[in-house]
Amino acid sequence: MRAPISWLREYADIPADVDGRQLAEVLVRTGLEVEAVDEEGAEITGPLVIGRILAFVDEPQKNGKVIRWVQVDVGPEHNQPDERYPQGCRSVVCGAHNFAVGDRVVVSLPGTTLPGGFTISARKTYGHMSDGMICAEDELGIGHDHTGIIVLPERDDFGNELHPGDDPAGVLYLRDTVLDIDVSPDMGYCLSIRGLAREAAIGLDVPFRDVIDKETPAELVEGYPVVLESEDCPLFVAVRVRGIDPARKSPRWMARRLAMAGMRSISLAVDITNYVMLETGQPLHGYDANALQGPIVVRKAREGETLTTLDDQLRQLHPDDLLITDDRGPIGLAGVMGGATTELNDATTDVLIEAANFSPRSIGWTLRRQNLPSEASKRFHRGVDPAAAYSAAHLAAKYLVELAGGTLDELETVAGSVPVPHARPIDADLPARILGADVPPTLAAELLRKSGVKVELIGSSKATLAAEIVGSAQHKLKLTTGEAPKLDLAVPQTMAVTPPTWRPDLNDPYDFVEEVGRKFGFDNIPSVPPIAPPGRGYTKSQRLTRVVSRAAAAAGFVEVISFPFISEGELDSLQIPADDERRNLVRLANPLAETQPFLRTTMIPGLISAAARNLSRGNEDLALFETGSTFFAGSGQAAPIPAVDHRPSDEELAEIAAALPPQPKHFGALLAGNWIAAGWEGPAVQAGWEQAFALVDTVALAVGLEVKRVAAKIAPFHPGRCAAITAAGETIGYAGELHPSVVAAFGLPERAAAVELDLDKLIALAPDGGDVASISTHPVAKEDVALVVDEEVPAGAVLEALREGAGKLLESIELFDVYRGESVPAGKKSLAYAMRFRADDRTLTEAETSAAKELAVAEAAKLGAVQRV
Amino acid sequence: MDLSQDAINQVVQEALAAFASAGSTVELKAARAAHLGDKAPIVLANKALGALPKEERKAAGQVIGKARGQLNQAYAARESELKAVELEQALKAERVDVTLPVAKQPVGAQHPITGLMDLMSDIFVSMGWEIAEGPELEAEWMNFDALNIGPDHPARATSDTLFVEPLSNHLLMRTHTSPVQIRTLLDRELPVYIVCPGQTYRADEFDSTHVPVFHQIEGLAVDKGISLSNLLGTLDQFAKAMFGDAISTRIRPHFFPFTEPSAEVDLRCFVCHGESVGNPERPCKTCKSEGWIEWGGCGVVNPRVLAACGIDTDVYSGFAFGMGIERTLMFRNNAADMRDMVEGDIRFSRSLKGAAR
Repeated sequence: MRAPISWLREYADIPADVDGRQLAEVLVRTGLEVEAVDEEGAEITGPLVIGRILAFVDEPQKNGKVIRWVQVDVGPEHNQPDERYPQGCRSVVCGAHNFAVGDRVVVSLPGTTLPGGFTISARKTYGHMSDGMICAEDELGIGHDHTGIIVLPERDDFGNELHPGDDPAGVLYLRDTVLDIDVSPDMGYCLSIRGLAREAAIGLDVPFRDVIDKETPAELVEGYPVVLESEDCPLFVAVRVRGIDPARKSPRWMARRLAMAGMRSISLAVDITNYVMLETGQPLHGYDANALQGPIVVRKAREGETLTTLDDQLRQLHPDDLLITDDRGPIGLAGVMGGATTELNDATTDVLIEAANFSPRSIGWTLRRQNLPSEASKRFHRGVDPAAAYSAAHLAAKYLVELAGGTLDELETVAGSVPVPHARPIDADLPARILGADVPPTLAAELLRKSGVKVELIGSSKATLAAEIVGSAQHKLKLTTGEAPKLDLAVPQTMAVTPPTWRPDLNDPYDFVEEVGRKFGFDNIPSVPPIAPPGRGYTKSQRLTRVVSRAAAAAGFVEVISFPFISEGELDSLQIPADDERRNLVRLANPLAETQPFLRTTMIPGLISAAARNLSRGNEDLALFETGSTFFAGSGQAAPIPAVDHRPSDEELAEIAAALPPQPKHFGALLAGNWIAAGWEGPAVQAGWEQAFALVDTVALAVGLEVKRVAAKIAPFHPGRCAAITAAGETIGYAGELHPSVVAAFGLPERAAAVELDLDKLIALAPDGGDVASISTHPVAKEDVALVVDEEVPAGAVLEALREGAGKLLESIELFDVYRGESVPAGKKSLAYAMRFRADDRTLTEAETSAAKELAVAEAAKLGAVQRV
Repeated sequence: MDLSQDAINQVVQEALAAFASAGSTVELKAARAAHLGDKAPIVLANKALGALPKEERKAAGQVIGKARGQLNQAYAARESELKAVELEQALKAERVDVTLPVAKQPVGAQHPITGLMDLMSDIFVSMGWEIAEGPELEAEWMNFDALNIGPDHPARATSDTLFVEPLSNHLLMRTHTSPVQIRTLLDRELPVYIVCPGQTYRADEFDSTHVPVFHQIEGLAVDKGISLSNLLGTLDQFAKAMFGDAISTRIRPHFFPFTEPSAEVDLRCFVCHGESVGNPERPCKTCKSEGWIEWGGCGVVNPRVLAACGIDTDVYSGFAFGMGIERTLMFRNNAADMRDMVEGDIRFSRSLKGAAR
C-alpha cells in the first residue's frame, strides 16, 4: 500500500513538523513494514513556472509537422524584455496545439531538471532559439497523457488565482511524501488510508477522523433487486447514480493521488471507485446499470460455468467460486474481478455501485485457483470492514454526483447485514502475564480502546463470565456492572472485549494481548532471560555426528552442502541396477527442476556435481565429504491430517510415523586428482581407493567402532577395488575406486574414488562407553612371520587367522610387506606380518613366544599359507 | 732398549707432537695406534721393564708410568677438542631451509554453515537447553496444521512448498524446523527448552540472497509463566554470546500464524554499533547504515499450537524464535552471495579460519 502523507493528514492530525521518516518509525512500531519513503516530485528542480500564452504563430515544416512559435509570459522574475510586450516574455517552440492565447500552461525554463535527469536548456530548433519547454503530463511524471500540453485553470482547487511565474507544484499536486508499506496478513485494515491514518493517529496520540461515518441501515429492498444465496456474502449494498457525463475527466487531485498510490487513471467513474477503495479499504465495483438484466444474485458457481473477466480472460469456474450473476449468468467473480459484459465504458451514463462484503476464505481460494490477485481480492482476502460498505458506496456516489454530474437514485439496496462482533472474556491480567511487563488491566483496557476495542473490566472470573456469554442469546452480551457479581472492581479479574468491525484479526485472547503489546510498545518490555532447568547436553548421536564431521575435515576432506535432488539418469550413469534399493525413489510433486524430481538415495551424485563444479573452476585435487539425509520410498501410505483443537490420538501419530519414508543420514566422500601434489619431497600421490579406505578407518576410529573391509561388487564401484564396510556383522556402507565407466560418464579424473556410509548405523553400532586398558609393564617379544599364500587369499583373512591362532598373548599384529617375485611361485604372494607378544603378569620365555607363533602359523595354514624360510 | 729418562722423554715428545698435529678424530685414532698401541715405543718400553735389574726397575717403571699417564691425558684432551670441532662442522653442514613446505597433507574443512550451527547449538546447550531433531521429509500436519497454518494459507501453495508425490499423501519437505517443535511438544515432558538446527526447503528463487535449500535454527521454550520478556532476555543472551557483550536486540511487531504476539528480531549492528546511522562519513555495509540488522522472527507461542499438542494453555505458555543460518553467515562473515554456500567450491569452505569457524 502506497500512502501519500497529504492524504493521511486529511484524517489524522499529524503535526506539521513530523516528516515521512518519523511517521514511518511510528508505523513500524505498530507492526507495519515501511519499505520506502518516497519524495514524489523531488526529482524536479529549477525554474518550473506557470506561464500565460501571449501569442503564437503556427509554422508548417517540410516534414509535414506544424510547430507553434509561442510567446509566453512567465512572470517578472523570468521574462526577457520584448518590444511587443511591456512585461516582457519568453519565446518557445511547441509541438502541441491544444491551447489558445490567454491559457495558463506549465513552462520548464532553461535550468529546469525533469524526471529522468533531463535538464532543459535554450536550444536552436526549427529555425528559432527555443527558450524552454511547455510541458505535458508525462514529461512531469504525473501522468501518461502526451496528447497535448497541460492547460491549467485560472484558479487552483482552493480558489487561488494562478499568475505567470508562480510555482505550479500546488495546482499540479506535484510534490508529496509517499510511504510504501508492506501490510502483514493480520492488518488488512491498513490496506487503506483510513486504517493507516488511524494507526498514525494512535501512534502520535493525535485526533483521528473516520471517513466511514454512516450507519448501515437494516435490510432495504427498494433499490436494485439483490438476492444473497451464499453465506460467503453477508452484505451487499447497491447504490445507483444516473445521468453521469461520460466525457468528464478525473480531477487532477484524484488522478495524481491514484498515480502516487500506484494505480493508473482510467476513467472518471472507475477512478472514483478506486479512489474510494484506497481511502476506505472497501473495494467497490461499478456496473453499467443499463447492461444489467434482472436481479443480481450472489451464488456459488455451477459446474461448467465460465466468465470472461475484465482482463479479457475466459475463465473456467469452480463450484466453490463465489459469483455475481444476473439473468444472463455470471457477471463477476465476487470480490476478485468483474466481468466484461457489464463493464463501465465510455458511453456509460447510469452506474450501479456495488459495495459488498465477502468471506476472506472464499476469496482466498478463488484468487489462488484463478491465479488472479487484484486490489479488491487482496483486501477481501485479508478481511474488509463490513461496516464500511454503506458509507463507501455513498462516498463514491457523492463523487459521481459532484464530479461526473450524475443524480443519486434515492432508492437503494442493503441486502444482508453487518455481522456484529461479540464480546469475549479474557483474564484481566493476561496482557501483563504474557507480555511480562507492567501493564495493569486499566492500562490494557485504555490501550485496547484506542484501537477501537470495546472493553469492560469486570470483577468476576473468566469462567463465570463465559457461562453468562454462553447463556446469552446469539452471543449478544449485555455486560453492565449492575449485572456482574458484586466484587471489588478496583481489582478487575476479567475484561470483556469486543473488537471493532474492522479488526477481524482480533479473535483469541492472545490477539488482544498482542494489540496491547503493540500499543504499549515492544520497546518498553523488559528483557528477562528465563531459567532453563539443567539440560542433558548433547545426545550420543549428536556428539558422534560432530566427531565424524570433524574427523573427516581433520583427515583432509572438505565438507560441501548439496541439494538432495537427483534424476534417474544420474542413477543410470552410476550403473545402479533396477532392483537396487537405491531405486526406491521418492518423487516430488513440484520439483525445483523437472530434470531432478527425485530425492537422493545416495550422496554420490551431489558429490560428483560439486566435484565437477570445482574441476571447472580449476580446483583439480579434490577430497570432498558431505553428511545429509537420504530418502527411500516407504509404505506409500497417506499421512492423516488430525484436528488441531486437541492432541492427535496415538493411532493418528502412529499413522503419521508410518507414512513417512525412511530417511537415514548418510556420510559420503569423493576423491579425485592428487591426494598429495608433486613437490620437492617426491612425486605426486594420486587420490584413489587407498584414501577412501583410510577415510573409513579414520571415521570408524573416531567413533570407536571396529570395522572390517570385505571385497564387494556393487555399483558405482570398480568390481575389483571396492570394499563393503562391515561392523558387528552388519554392512554399513561401501568404499573404493569408482568404476571406470562411471568415471568416464561423469568426466571425472581417472581413478576417482568414493565412500558412502550409513551414518545412522555407524553411530548406532559405535560403543557407548568402554574400559581403558590396564597397562602391562613386562617386556614385549617381537616376532616376524612371512607366509606364502594364493593371490586370492585376502591379507585381512590371513591376519585374522594369525590373530586367532596366536591367542591372548598376542598384543598386536600388522602387515608390513607384500612381496611377489623371485622365490615366490607365480599366482602366489608373500605376506609379512610383525607380531608383538606380551603377558600381563610375567616376562615371556622364548619357548612361550615361539609356541604362540607356531600356533598362529598353523591356523593360517588352514588358508593354505606356507611359512617362508 | 734404551729406557733412559732422555729416551723416554724423546718418545713422549714425539707422541705429543703426533696427537697435537692430528686434524681429525680419524687422524687422532691413527696417532693413538702409533703412540699408544701394542707396538708403540712406550708400550714396548713398558714390556722391556721386566728385563731390567731389580734395583733399576722401580725408577724406570715410575718414569714410564708417568709418561703413559701424560700421553693418555693428552690424547683424551685432543679427542674432545676434535669432537667438538667436528660436531660444530656437522651441525653446520646439516642446516636446512626451514621455509620449505614439508610433509604436505590435504587441507580439510567443515562447511561454514556446519560450524555456525555447532556454535549456536553450543551457546544454547551452555544455557541448559537441549538440541532437538526431526525428519526433513515431514507430514503436512506437523509442518502446517499443528502450527496454526490453516489449509487456506498461501504458504501451503505448491508455489511455496515442495510436496511429495502424490499430494494426497500429505507429505512435504519441511519449510522450517518448526515441526521439530511440534514433535518435541508431543514427545517430551514439560517444561521444554530446545533449539532445532537443521536443513529446510522452499520453492524459492535461487539467487544471491535466496537458496531453496537452506538452514535454520529455531528455539522453543514452554514452561509455566513464560512471557514475551523472557523471549527478549533469551535473544539478548544469544546475541551477546554470538557477537559480544555490547550487542543487544530489539523486536518489531510482525505476523506469524504460530506466534501471538509475533515480532521480527533485529540485532544491534556489531560492526558500527549504530554509529553509522545518519552519518555519511562513516557508512556501514554490514547494516547498510541502518544500525540494526534483521535477524529472524519470534513471538509468544500461539496457544492454538500448544492446544494441538495437548498442552493446557491455562497453565503453560511459551516463546519461539528462528533465524536463518545462511543469512547469519552473510552478515557475520561478509558472504556476498548465498549461492557460494551450496555450490561446494572447496575454496569457500576452506576460507573461514580460526575463531570465525
